Amino acid sequence: MTFTSWSKEAALAVLEPIRDEPGPVLVALQNIQNEFGFVPPDAVSVIAEFFNVSRADVHGVLTFYHDLRTSPPLANQIQICVAEACQAVGSRDLEEKIKAIHGDQVSDAFCFGNCALGPAVMVNGKLIGRATAEKILQVLA
Amino acid sequence: MINVYIPGDSAAVSVGADEIAQEIIHRAELASLDIKIIRNGTRGALWLEPLVEIEVGSVRIGYGPVQLADVPSLFDSDFLHGGEHKLGIGVVDQLAWLADQDRITYKRVGIIDPLSMSDYESHGGLAGIRRALSMDQDVIIAEVTESGLRGRGGAGFPAGIKWKTVYDTASDTKYICCNADEGDSGTFADRILMEADPFTLIEGMAIAAVAVSATLGFIYIRSEYPTAIKQMESAIGIAREYGLLGQSILGSHRTFDIKIRIGAGSYVCGEETAMLESIEGKRGVVRSKPPLPAITGLFGKPTVINNVLTLASVPAILADGAGSYKARGVGRSLGTQIFQLAGNIKKGGIVETGFGITLDQLINNYGGGTLTGNPIKAVQIGGPLGAYFSPKNFDVSMDYESLIAAGGMLGHGGVVVFDTAVDLAVQARFAMEFCAIESCGKCTPCRLGSTRGAETIQKIIDGNNPDFNKRLLLDLCEVMTDGSLCAMGGLTPMPVKSALANFPEDFDQRVEAAK
Repeated sequence: MTFTSWSKEAALAVLEPIRDEPGPVLVALQNIQNEFGFVPPDAVSVIAEFFNVSRADVHGVLTFYHDLRTSPPLANQIQICVAEACQAVGSRDLEEKIKAIHGDQVSDAFCFGNCALGPAVMVNGKLIGRATAEKILQVLA
Repeated sequence: MINVYIPGDSAAVSVGADEIAQEIIHRAELASLDIKIIRNGTRGALWLEPLVEIEVGSVRIGYGPVQLADVPSLFDSDFLHGGEHKLGIGVVDQLAWLADQDRITYKRVGIIDPLSMSDYESHGGLAGIRRALSMDQDVIIAEVTESGLRGRGGAGFPAGIKWKTVYDTASDTKYICCNADEGDSGTFADRILMEADPFTLIEGMAIAAVAVSATLGFIYIRSEYPTAIKQMESAIGIAREYGLLGQSILGSHRTFDIKIRIGAGSYVCGEETAMLESIEGKRGVVRSKPPLPAITGLFGKPTVINNVLTLASVPAILADGAGSYKARGVGRSLGTQIFQLAGNIKKGGIVETGFGITLDQLINNYGGGTLTGNPIKAVQIGGPLGAYFSPKNFDVSMDYESLIAAGGMLGHGGVVVFDTAVDLAVQARFAMEFCAIESCGKCTPCRLGSTRGAETIQKIIDGNNPDFNKRLLLDLCEVMTDGSLCAMGGLTPMPVKSALANFPEDFDQRVEAAK
């Protein structure tokens, strides 16, 4: 996935379409992240000013939600579901195996709603059911 | 032209449905066969996915689970005309696993093209909203109340009573909020409904809007469900064009539109007041009640908050009448429940049936036991905050009251099966760890208690003063239950205490080992 590099102008272009959105701060942060790949530090004051809310409010929202990140995304994102239904079919063991190979790119996830076909793993946005190490490595290849 | 149904559902796609669709198109082209691929939703028999269905005459013949390597032999068997093949399951509607169910809310799921309004209408869609538009508002609400429909998100509050509170509260603006933040592990019924039959949810929300005079609705969908988000966005667009949404819904004087809000990875935002905060663009911190959201809800206005399955059950209730719905179920749990069989289970998926089926029937008759073939050791019902049941309780009736009496809860209807490899002390610790990660931080017992709980369970696992630490853990559970505003902190003790009560050996063996 390619992202725009940060500029205030590009950020304002992202915010303009949601100017009249009720309760816009979370949507603004999500759209900024979709555009730039993450929420750059300067975005907080830009959003605060644009919607006339405090920087503290924006910062508070930014730091509450697991999805929002403040640094660029890794080249690969391997999200392994470690919630109960996937644990029941060995997702913890699978996670250990994958971590041994791609340690820094692996993160825990809690449920993709694929609980009858676990373990569920999302690799760069692609959901894999009945996941095995082989299937994951194949998608990464 | 041969109609070929291959689910576009994210579960089916996760096990290769897209690749199989491409391969079938490719081979049909090579053989100059005229086929039409319809990306329906899953039927809910996820153990058969990818399930390829061929329309032959008036029936659909199924093959599943199809792997890419099976496609050549399917063509060799002339599957496009219903030919025999080792993966053949015959007429899909006659498959006992599906035929024995009682599908009301899910009646169109897997059958129709999800984004075809004409398919939707020819399978009974829009009958509910048409009838509602001809009725007085209080009569619609009375019908929903009469049906016995209760909140399918987990709380089980009667939907009609909630609607009546919103209806009775005077306000220039009212909202319908659909909770599609289906974060419980082991649940996927909201996702499948949104992907496979999105117009049903839109119709249900429109009926709620007509009943309480709301003009705007929000669907709060978790970000982990990208396919459901796309599907709902498309369906809302089509519904606007059709006139089901907009200034004058189906030509009436009623106005209603729907916006989608996407979650951002927070489990606690499935709690209704945290969800309202999140839709308002704030941190997902729970609100104290009162005031009830039905009176002071989204942006301070009266708001109906219902789960996807609650709202999606409304069109059928309005179309067929309350009597037909409440004829199903047991006691005060009326109608059907959409159970979700998950985890280590051979035949996982959606089972919609009247309340009152036993857990044993669900996991053994429908589920077919574990995927691994090992005996079932534990079943967690109702998501990460639900209780762990042991085989001695598998005769429990699956309804709101019986499950509470058995020390558990129905929750959103998820049933997660574990085989003998599971260690319930580790599961209990996980419940606390999950709460520590997902707590919104408002209440101290939840925010701190969860971390202390995980530490204390670790001490028990390590054999460190186990009897004392067990007492401490139970004491902590009591504080969390009584001292937390919402179900996050309030119900995290449920899996912990049920693990302790039903599987003491998983905690005691460690005590022995440490001595």
